[in-house]
Amino acid sequence: MQAGVVVFPGSNCDRDVAVALEQSMGRPPVMIWHKHGDFEPVDLIVLPGGFSYGDYLRCGAMAAHASAMKEVARRAEKGVPVLGICNGFQILTETGLLPGALMRNAELKFVCRDVALRVENTQTLFTSRYSAEQVIRIPVAHHDGCYFADRNTHARLEGDGQVAFRYVDDGGMPTESANPNGSLANIAGVFNAEKTVLGLMPHPERLADPAVGGEDGRPLFDGLVEALAR
Amino acid sequence: MKARIHVTLKPGVLDPQGKAIEHALLGLGFGGIDAVRQGKYIEIDLAESDWDKARTDIEAMCRQLLANTVIENYAIELTE
Repeated sequence: MQAGVVVFPGSNCDRDVAVALEQSMGRPPVMIWHKHGDFEPVDLIVLPGGFSYGDYLRCGAMAAHASAMKEVARRAEKGVPVLGICNGFQILTETGLLPGALMRNAELKFVCRDVALRVENTQTLFTSRYSAEQVIRIPVAHHDGCYFADRNTHARLEGDGQVAFRYVDDGGMPTESANPNGSLANIAGVFNAEKTVLGLMPHPERLADPAVGGEDGRPLFDGLVEALAR
Repeated sequence: MKARIHVTLKPGVLDPQGKAIEHALLGLGFGGIDAVRQGKYIEIDLAESDWDKARTDIEAMCRQLLANTVIENYAIELTE
């Protein structure tokens, strides 16, 4: 299996996610510069966190039109799995590969801490290594992570198992106080209808090695490798 | 020709920045404020002289980049 990580000017989690991918895959991913629209075939595309193009206009708005993203959209339509983390999630909503939008945090503050997440759907490429409703600990670090979708879109997300992760309290309940950014229904990550594209605000790549304090993020990468190596 | 574009959050979409501005204005002693909504203002100088063509172009720019129509509305004003 081979994965590709798209690197934009202002990406800053590209190396971290490459390390997490290499740990699970046994080989380093290819790094794809945002200007390269003709990158080699890969089994998984990752859009890393960061502040692509300085977050100008809206987070992810400029990156959504990069040459590499046009190719990412083409491959996503053909079913190549795409994972967007933090700024990568914002880019996926800006391209329309995922529904909804990410807005300024409700408290207007940059939030940087570990949060508890509940895994909402384990029947996907990305989440098969987690158990149903498992509560995991993953860090968030963002200023614009307030997920919004209109009423009809939200109903569809809930009805079709497109909610991937929700912010919860220690007891696994999606309470208001457990919501770090004001996201609709405590949504931390969503899938596309086919479950081949996942975007999430928390950073699983930052807790994928016990040496940095935990590995609740690792099953996501291990599960992808298991599913895509077959 | 110049295009003046206002991008605003759709009604019903949470606007915490507008809310913070509202609280700050009330804190400064300004009364009679019902609500504050914050948006963006963008100016574009155009070489185009055909008004209809200019409007069509700006509409496309708004839909493709300047506004995120999931959460935002836009209003276009063209002037000499």
